[in-house]
Amino acid sequence: MNPYGITLTLVVFYLFSELHARKKAFYTNPVLLSIATIAAVLRLGGFSYDSYMESAVFLKFLLGPAVVSLAVPVYKGRETIKAYAREIALGTTVGGTVAILSAFYVAKLLGGSEEVILSMAPKSVTTAIAIGVSEKIGGIPVLTAVLVVLTGLLGNAFAPELLNVIKVQDRIARGLATGVSSHGLGTARIITEDELAGAVSGLAMALNGVFTALVLPYLIEIL
Amino acid sequence: MKPYRGLAIIFGFYAIGELTSSALDLPVPGSVLGMLFLLGALLSGAVKLEWVEGEAEFLVRNMSVMFIPPGVGIITYTALIRSQAVPILGALIISFLVTFAITAKTVEFLRRGRE
Repeated sequence: MNPYGITLTLVVFYLFSELHARKKAFYTNPVLLSIATIAAVLRLGGFSYDSYMESAVFLKFLLGPAVVSLAVPVYKGRETIKAYAREIALGTTVGGTVAILSAFYVAKLLGGSEEVILSMAPKSVTTAIAIGVSEKIGGIPVLTAVLVVLTGLLGNAFAPELLNVIKVQDRIARGLATGVSSHGLGTARIITEDELAGAVSGLAMALNGVFTALVLPYLIEIL
Repeated sequence: MKPYRGLAIIFGFYAIGELTSSALDLPVPGSVLGMLFLLGALLSGAVKLEWVEGEAEFLVRNMSVMFIPPGVGIITYTALIRSQAVPILGALIISFLVTFAITAKTVEFLRRGRE
């Protein structure tokens, strides 16, 4: 097993995180810049994705335990979450449905191929769920994984700023919109700014994941 | 030894979630089931918050870096992404904005109705 994939990822992410800490601009988003840089290095050096993933897969594997760990912020925010159970349930259902339908119809309207439309439909939920759903409905799982990350990047780079633009100050609403639209990457950003909004975002991401996994395979049949 | 108690519990719940998902052939992945099980264990008191708090918060706060390897997978689909750039980017951006704004405004509206 070659150690270069994980080393490259950690070095590049560290450097861009330092840059982002200084600049704090959306175009210095460390996840986006790291993906672009590593993709360029692999391309120019003639290395395959498989050889990169030999060791980088370790970081990807940690997504599983990290999702399990979201139970902790949810538990810590349980009083607030319990008090707003109705809003959270309704918000997830509405948001989760809009996410699927808008991805499906916009991709179709803009002339997307069937495999692209199907790979696009589950893009708003966390990677592990999206890949499973994509497989089930006839999409391309690796393409879905990429689309999931790109969607998440939008939330990671813009969610708090967009919430300010549309003047939503309510912490429950802020967390829910972030978690439903941009899963773990959105959550990863908002939780560093507001722990309660982050907890709601993590819960919304889990609920939307369950909702999408259960509903999408049946919904796609009738679309 | 303390970090190992937390990690053992977190990875243990992940494993239980995966086992449940594959044994019952559920569409929901093991990590999400594991999260719901761990939440249940915290709420029931079977797992104490301080046993897992430090390790869980470390993993959650460092989740961003874990998305880089799957994101780099983009290099295996450059031809498809290039030929379908308009539907892919259009749907990604429009769907994100619509979902985001509708969800935020729906929850805000529900909250206002209550006060």
